[in-house]
Amino acid sequence: MEKDLNWREFIITRLIKFSGYSAIIFVSLIFFFLLKEGLPTLSEVPLGDLFALRWYPIESYYGILPLITGSLLVTIGAGIIAVPFGIGTAIYLSEIAPRWVRNLLKPLVELLGGLPSVVLGFLGILILSPALRVSLNLPTGLTALSGALLLGGIAIPTVVSIAEDALDAVPKSYRDAALALGATRWQTIWRVTLPAARSGVLTAVMLGVGRSIGETMTVMMVTGNAPALATGLGDLFSPIRTMTATIAAEMGEVANASTHYHVLFFIGMVLFIISLIVNVTASAVVFRQKKRAERVLS
Amino acid sequence: MKRILILTLVFVFLVSCSPSGEGATDSAPQAYIENKGSDTIVNLALAWAEQYQSDYPNIRLSVTGGGSGTGIAALVNGTVDIANASRQIKQKEIDLAAEQGIVPVEHIIARDAIAVIVNPENPVTELTLKQISDIYSGVYTNWSEVGGDDRPIVRLSRETNSGTHVYFLETVLRLGDKESKTLFSTTTLLLPSSEGIIVEVRQNPNAIGYDGLGYVPHDLKVIAIAPEEGDEYILPSVETVNSGTYPIARDLYMYTNGEPKGIVAEYLDWIMQGVAQDIVKELGFVPIN
Repeated sequence: MEKDLNWREFIITRLIKFSGYSAIIFVSLIFFFLLKEGLPTLSEVPLGDLFALRWYPIESYYGILPLITGSLLVTIGAGIIAVPFGIGTAIYLSEIAPRWVRNLLKPLVELLGGLPSVVLGFLGILILSPALRVSLNLPTGLTALSGALLLGGIAIPTVVSIAEDALDAVPKSYRDAALALGATRWQTIWRVTLPAARSGVLTAVMLGVGRSIGETMTVMMVTGNAPALATGLGDLFSPIRTMTATIAAEMGEVANASTHYHVLFFIGMVLFIISLIVNVTASAVVFRQKKRAERVLS
Repeated sequence: MKRILILTLVFVFLVSCSPSGEGATDSAPQAYIENKGSDTIVNLALAWAEQYQSDYPNIRLSVTGGGSGTGIAALVNGTVDIANASRQIKQKEIDLAAEQGIVPVEHIIARDAIAVIVNPENPVTELTLKQISDIYSGVYTNWSEVGGDDRPIVRLSRETNSGTHVYFLETVLRLGDKESKTLFSTTTLLLPSSEGIIVEVRQNPNAIGYDGLGYVPHDLKVIAIAPEEGDEYILPSVETVNSGTYPIARDLYMYTNGEPKGIVAEYLDWIMQGVAQDIVKELGFVPIN
């Protein structure tokens, strides 16, 4: 009997250990695959050509700068929309709304998060982009702005859901103490609850941004896919082409192991590295915050 | 295009799995026709093959894509009965074939017209090829420069992996000049589907787009095109494509080794008329008669 228990214990510990390591294994496998398929680019395309301004692969113009700026512009736009709205909604749900409103709203927000991005893309093409063209008097509604608005919409549920959980986890005693010291409700939220939940809120923002930069289908449908260089936020009102849409649109047709194929994997690598930088920066910030908080509390 | 490829593979798989020899319930002798080449034609060739095989169950057709060059190369190597091509065979390929004792014979099987479309609100009704080229390469940026309203021009194109994109680049942007290095303006919107172009042209009076004639719905305005300034402006139709007056149309070909004989001849005769040419029209190409 005891032996049997030991066995079970052994297997279960190993399984859990394996699950723990599997994420690391998968990420490194994916990264090595990207490196293997993407690195030949550097020997096939001179660096000057790779970071040039024209993307037209069928005539061997492999300038990826317009694609990088396109992705960044849409992601920044989505962030500007998703972060304040997402955190605002999370604060409302966790701190202000009565129980029953919260019980109604939270599942609805999560439902929004489950909407297939293709459906949002359809709405974007048929409703959002014509409306933007007419109301802002743009040449076309298929712009970075349409992409940013929809991506913001896609990222909001992620941000709300995680930020709300983080706020909810702040002990009630913090709020009670702040209120007892004479702080108003707003002061309590802004100076006590939100800072206490900072690491969770940052994770929420990070995942929201990650969701936006990696989103493909919606941006491919509504941003116009014009590989023009974006130089500032003003280009939100013109069509752009993102890295993800480029990979999705061109991968199906490209000859295996051709230069174009390698460049597409190289773009995948760039995308991977950008998300890595976002993640590492965010966790570094979270880590520093935690240390300081621990020092204060001890 | 990926779907087409998958369809082709599935089709080839089915064909190769079809019962043959012993154990087959159908005792009729089976004959095979190998058909390979252009990706533009592969959908059409598949539709024909399906129809033909249900009409003549003792014939088996294998259809694969890969590109016009691949198809012609296979014909030269003697591995296929029919090569599909969306361009004419080159002299170099004819010479290569002669070395192998192969005489490629050309059959025009369908035609393909590209219509240039704008929103019905746009007053522009006719353009020369040169004007369209200058619009797409970014020389003109306002409709008033080509006789329209004072509106910005929004250029729509298919993605670069579309055969139509390449044909439009060569025939319209570069006006057929092989040496020309003219490219699409970087502000050209590259839409992933024909439907995307049609939706945008339908709701945006600034837009100009192009698409296969068969895909253009009636509520959009098709531009009449003149090959040169001073020439007559021609609208695309089955008649103007067949008479060769509409400038952005191309023939689609099948090549055989020598004059076709036997089942291949029967198949090609069947393609040239009736049901087969109705299928041509259904798929958005222009029938030859």
